[in-house]
Amino acid sequence: MRPDLEIISELIAPESRVLDLGCGSGALLFHLQADKSVNGYGLEIDREHILECVAKGVNVIEQDLDEGLANFSDDSFDFVVMTETLQAVKRPDKAIDEMLRVGREAIVTFPNFGHLACRLQIALQGRMPVTGHLPNQWYDTPNTHMCTFRDFEQFCRDRGIPIRERFVVNNVYNNNWLINRLPNLFGTTAYYRIGRA
Amino acid sequence: MATTREAEYPQDSVGRVVPQRAVWDVPFVLKSGSRLPGYELVYETYGELNRSKSNAVLVCHALSGNHHAAGYHAGETRPGWWETAIGPGKTIDTNRFFVVSPNNIGGCHGSTGPNAINPETGKAWGAEFPQVTVEDWVASQAALADLLGIERFAAVIGGSLGGMQALYWAIEYPDRIGHAVAIASAPWLSAQNIAFNEIARHAIQTDPDYLDGGFLEAGKIPERGLMLARMLGHVTYLSGFGLGQRFGREIRRGDLSGRGSLEFEVESYLHYQGRNFAGKFDANSYVNITRVLDLFDLRAKHGGELAHAFKDATCHFLILAFSSDWRFSPERSKEIVDALVAANKGVVSAVIETEHGHDAFLLQEPAAYHRLFRAYMDRVALDCG
Repeated sequence: MRPDLEIISELIAPESRVLDLGCGSGALLFHLQADKSVNGYGLEIDREHILECVAKGVNVIEQDLDEGLANFSDDSFDFVVMTETLQAVKRPDKAIDEMLRVGREAIVTFPNFGHLACRLQIALQGRMPVTGHLPNQWYDTPNTHMCTFRDFEQFCRDRGIPIRERFVVNNVYNNNWLINRLPNLFGTTAYYRIGRA
Repeated sequence: MATTREAEYPQDSVGRVVPQRAVWDVPFVLKSGSRLPGYELVYETYGELNRSKSNAVLVCHALSGNHHAAGYHAGETRPGWWETAIGPGKTIDTNRFFVVSPNNIGGCHGSTGPNAINPETGKAWGAEFPQVTVEDWVASQAALADLLGIERFAAVIGGSLGGMQALYWAIEYPDRIGHAVAIASAPWLSAQNIAFNEIARHAIQTDPDYLDGGFLEAGKIPERGLMLARMLGHVTYLSGFGLGQRFGREIRRGDLSGRGSLEFEVESYLHYQGRNFAGKFDANSYVNITRVLDLFDLRAKHGGELAHAFKDATCHFLILAFSSDWRFSPERSKEIVDALVAANKGVVSAVIETEHGHDAFLLQEPAAYHRLFRAYMDRVALDCG
């Protein structure tokens, strides 16, 4: 399994109800269904991805994340997962609110804009960063709300959202003492499990 | 009964088909409390039932459909109503599935209905034929399954009113259905839906030749009423954009001067559709079946909660809608999907972009429709073992 999915899977309790926002080909839900008896649903708008989900036997609903989650009632899920998408939605703050309304807990992952490579490119070259974990140019990036780990954690503190778990990795999904010591400088992606305020 | 003519049928068609008939001599008590002394179902099957009888698929027809879903009747050039979906190598692949397609009770194409003889009076039932419901249909379909030795359908599939039957199967016979496929359907009829149906019924019932439903006895057909009903229905099954694309303001006859007769292409098309329908559909059946639609409400027996209605279902669901369908719009399918999620049931759902409106479920296009439908049927086939 993809290492990033392995990490998320670790954060999810067996036999829980999971909503995966932007579930892609359904790889995470397929794994959770098979190994953790999770009852999961994926939201996706990409036609090819939906077909892949169907082939895997994964529950998939065509729904645009920017239209919100209003059709799901409060407490519908144990976990709501959003991988590498928070920075690309119209209003990340509202997205988090909604995730924590329909789910008891949320799992979010996003690329770190505070990574050393980003800082160096801005500081030394005066250019928008283009790195391994942020490969797009400024004009074609889907990422409209970049933040650093520190920004996100401040956001959670301001709103009283408890961070239950955090796991930080580098480009190749490794986690070492340097990353753990200075995550906002050396980590490229963080996995947060957050709860309700 | 292979004939040389079969070579003329398209490769991906089931070819020549012969309807079959099942007869029950026992009374059938309908949901309304009325009783049919006995009943018959005319049906067709395509493909082969496998040894473990696990590959049977039930196809349910909509308002104006019947048992003839695929292939060709002897001497006819027009195939069944869902030839686009059913056949060897097609979405509902007859190389893999044994497809059962009955004509519902209350219809007028061979199953017990208003144009059949009431054995207790020796006359055609006419308007005296009792009101049937989706519940009655599903019960009679289950009886047909018993007769064919099918304990469990791998899938029950339908579009529009057919989809409502599939949903009802999921709720009423959870042990006898593996997958429910409801396309362009709805969990109950809206006031607007009922309104359209009432206009259609009113057109029929006020036709002087309807004779309070006794037209058969008098040797008449309320053609004008049936035609109006069908013309109205047909417009609601298509989208405004689709109609415009197809007919625009093209003129078939006359000109725009205001003198003499004028007929737009769209008028000519509607006249043809209406006349054609009036010649082959029983007016009492139309009245009865539009009422079947009006009465349909999945929540009715479940405290008005749709999610609660699905609580005992064990099958998986495919819920498809079409973007330009305003008769049973994508929002109606969404209601079904949201209830299924709330009830913790397995579901795949999508809205297919098309300009063809409600009737899109009968079509080959767009490719995205059958690709997804087919991918889902691949999964159904896997479950057949």
